[in-house]
Amino acid sequence: MDPNREPRPESVAGGLREDRRRRPMHIVIAFALLMPFWLLLSGHYDTFHISLGVFCCLLVSRGSADLLFGHIGLENKHVVAGRYLTYIPWHFWQIVLSNIHVAKLVLSPRPPINPRIISFPTKLTNDLALVTFANSITLTPGTITLDLINGIFHVHAIDDAVADDLLGGEMENRIDRIFLRREHREE
Amino acid sequence: MTIANVLTVALLVIGCFFFLTGTIGLVRFPDFYARMHATGKSDTLAVFCCLLALAIHHGLALDSFKLLLIAVFVYVANPTGTHAICRAAFRAGVKPWTRKTNK
Repeated sequence: MDPNREPRPESVAGGLREDRRRRPMHIVIAFALLMPFWLLLSGHYDTFHISLGVFCCLLVSRGSADLLFGHIGLENKHVVAGRYLTYIPWHFWQIVLSNIHVAKLVLSPRPPINPRIISFPTKLTNDLALVTFANSITLTPGTITLDLINGIFHVHAIDDAVADDLLGGEMENRIDRIFLRREHREE
Repeated sequence: MTIANVLTVALLVIGCFFFLTGTIGLVRFPDFYARMHATGKSDTLAVFCCLLALAIHHGLALDSFKLLLIAVFVYVANPTGTHAICRAAFRAGVKPWTRKTNK
């Protein structure tokens, strides 16, 4: 496989960029979120520090309000957020397990590693789901997401065990379930 | 107080252990990608353990909250950085080291 010959990557799911218009209301909400955060973290409540905070928060909320309130293409955000919270502990446990696995590899006298690049298509379509999956793969020791090109993940796996884990698809199914894609499953 | 101390020490030891394995892996693994495996991600868990230990040691205070906040940001930023570096290498055509099975 020659990475140089890959086509330029495109976003798999479009739609994020369409209604990114900067609205005054969004800036106000972003500011209302950022300012308490500043006050909480700074701990200094004199005029100088607070005016610094106001200045910084204005700057950031002006620049990033459209990032915070982009259209993410989900119908029922509350359900998704709830399921997302149940995903995090499971994922954290996976991180611990695979960290131990990699520690074993590192400490063995002759590391039984068999690095390779695996490529597989994904059934996830939502941008947020793809980002979650890609970051989950990278965060799990032993696998790194190299690239996502036209719906195909290229992942570097350090040995057979972690590669099989990933190809088993449990993580993908869990993320799929978060984003309510059960009815579109192919198999 | 003693339970908190025991927890603090245990978490620090675990965190340092994973830092150590990550660093040893950085030296021992054969190529660019494998080294990124060792350093890029063991550190996430190690940092989390260390920061959690410090937060427990400090007790319930604003500073503990800030420490945990750092842990959350590392949790998000570390894989993103690892991915960015590896993707750059992938695009630049760095060939991964493989076992010579079919030679």
